[in-house]
Amino acid sequence: MTLSVFLQHCLTGISLGGAYALIAIGYTMVYGILRLINFAHGDIFMMAGYFMIFAMVSFPWYVAIPLVLIATVLLGVFIERAAYKPLRNAPRMSIMISAIGVSYLLQNLATYLFTALPRGYPTIPILKKIFQIGPLSASLVTFITPVLTLALVYLLVFLINHSKVGMAMRAVSRDFETAQLMGIKINRVITITFAIGSLLAAVGSILYFTDRMAVFPFSGALPGLKCFVAAVLGGIGSIPGAMVGGFILGLGETALVALGYSTFSDAFTFVLLILMLLIRPTGLFGEKVTDKV
Amino acid sequence: MMSMKPRTKHILSIALAAAVIAMLLYLDSNKAQYSYSIAILERSAIYAVVAVSMNLLTGFTGLFSLGQAGFMAIGAYTVGILTIPVEARPNVYYINGIAEPLANVNLPFWAALILGGLMAALVGGLIGIPVLRLKSDYLAIATLGFSEIIRALIAAPQLDRITNGSYGLKSIPAFSSILQVFGIAALCILIMILVINSSYGRAFKAIREDETAAEAMGINLFKHKSMSFVISCFFTGISGGLLAVFMRSIDSKTFQVNLTYDILLIVVLGGLGSITGSVLASFLMTAGREWLRFFDVPLVIGGFSVPLFRNGFRMVIFSLILMAVVLYYRKGLMGNKEFSWDGILRFFYRIAGRLRRKTPGNGGEANA
Repeated sequence: MTLSVFLQHCLTGISLGGAYALIAIGYTMVYGILRLINFAHGDIFMMAGYFMIFAMVSFPWYVAIPLVLIATVLLGVFIERAAYKPLRNAPRMSIMISAIGVSYLLQNLATYLFTALPRGYPTIPILKKIFQIGPLSASLVTFITPVLTLALVYLLVFLINHSKVGMAMRAVSRDFETAQLMGIKINRVITITFAIGSLLAAVGSILYFTDRMAVFPFSGALPGLKCFVAAVLGGIGSIPGAMVGGFILGLGETALVALGYSTFSDAFTFVLLILMLLIRPTGLFGEKVTDKV
Repeated sequence: MMSMKPRTKHILSIALAAAVIAMLLYLDSNKAQYSYSIAILERSAIYAVVAVSMNLLTGFTGLFSLGQAGFMAIGAYTVGILTIPVEARPNVYYINGIAEPLANVNLPFWAALILGGLMAALVGGLIGIPVLRLKSDYLAIATLGFSEIIRALIAAPQLDRITNGSYGLKSIPAFSSILQVFGIAALCILIMILVINSSYGRAFKAIREDETAAEAMGINLFKHKSMSFVISCFFTGISGGLLAVFMRSIDSKTFQVNLTYDILLIVVLGGLGSITGSVLASFLMTAGREWLRFFDVPLVIGGFSVPLFRNGFRMVIFSLILMAVVLYYRKGLMGNKEFSWDGILRFFYRIAGRLRRKTPGNGGEANA
């Protein structure tokens, strides 16, 4: 393997990892606050793909992208209101089952509305432009994904550490009940969390599908699970951790494909997950929690 | 008033069992006519086994596992590989051929089925050692991960000569009659009921209620958790084997995460912690999908074609119903209670009581 081929694979891996990272942040934030694996997150990401297809039919890309972002945020917030809020005081397993139910519903809804056949993802002309850096060539989206991911993560961490909403989020994730007693409007914080998560999933979906070029009703299921694994790897609840986890998964998967073990690229994710859970269940950047009796 | 004599209950139970057997015999003797209903009933019975085994783990021991599809795949592939007739094998493994040691091994169905269950239990036992240390949702995601790994291994080109890789298996011999399926399913469920009612079962329930307290009472957590996990895996493997025989051709895509989700939704619909609930729900859910089929056909009333009715609408309605159950009827059909004749009696009394109160002139209006 020559150096340029190696670098080319690295670039692909980092780009895939960037998209994973953006989705993983949605999982990690929701888990941090509600202790819920939001199984529907991958399907929100899939729906964002479909929104883009329809938005691009009647609008130019610079109008379509904001529309898709808004629609996805509305969908995410609506799901939280309809399916998770009524179960706020229910056992954790019920909320998780509700999340699986929502995921099931979204997949069936997408099959019904858009048929099970893959639909071509529209090309956004600028993102598809081929760039050449030395011996490496790739479309702009490959270069832009990691940069955009880093920028968004930086912005998000800044928001969480230095704004009032961010402070509220940190408080809620530390102790749900005490935060409520201190006068934090829990429901508002949760809505904002879902809005941010869905927004990032929409950005991730644009970057991911521009490379993949087709959307089908189940295209969110596996990436969704993988991104949850990324979140666990990085330490659930930690945003930089989710980003690092996303990049690790993206690079590892691309490496396996490059080495010719593409059938194992999905299993790799889960092997990594299980190893991580056994060696260091709190993840790379997670805080240690002790169980209270 | 609220309970029956034990003798009446026995008679009713025997009558019910006899009615079911008579119905199955009738269906079996008119196979050609009722092939559609038979297929639905067989699938329901198979799902009932896996649903009860998941309930044993999730509802009775409090371990939330999402690995069912993977263990079903192990059972299914074991049964498939061992029961495909030797003369049909060149046709099945037409791409890569079959591995030498396996080429002439052919077991009778029951032996292959038990072996399938044992394989699943063995893998479950090995996986359980590391995984059962994890709690609630981490356990769920780890078992889900294992299920995906098993699926990837089955489809891997390196195992082509055993599992036939991504081409899947076909020509698996079918059931001899519907009674066979129901007999095996009933036996499996009966064994699980015995386990749950034994002292081990009580230990499982103690773990579900409070791990720390259970440990303090002298229950060996790891031993009982892995026991519950292995038993559940065994019966999941058996149901996978049954599913392979039912479907007659399988591939790794049959055992995707969605299969696990289907089973989970059955368990939730029936009520976590209720065996009869799980059985009831697996029949309701499998049949419900078919009953809702008219949503998939375009509906025309007086020349006006009603919108919405087209392919796929059925599944949307179906998932909406499930969501409604999850959100507003969290206990499911049976809560954590079991079916009993007394329960039925009480149910009718309650309805009758309600009707009486609502009828005016019979002691006045409802004053609740």
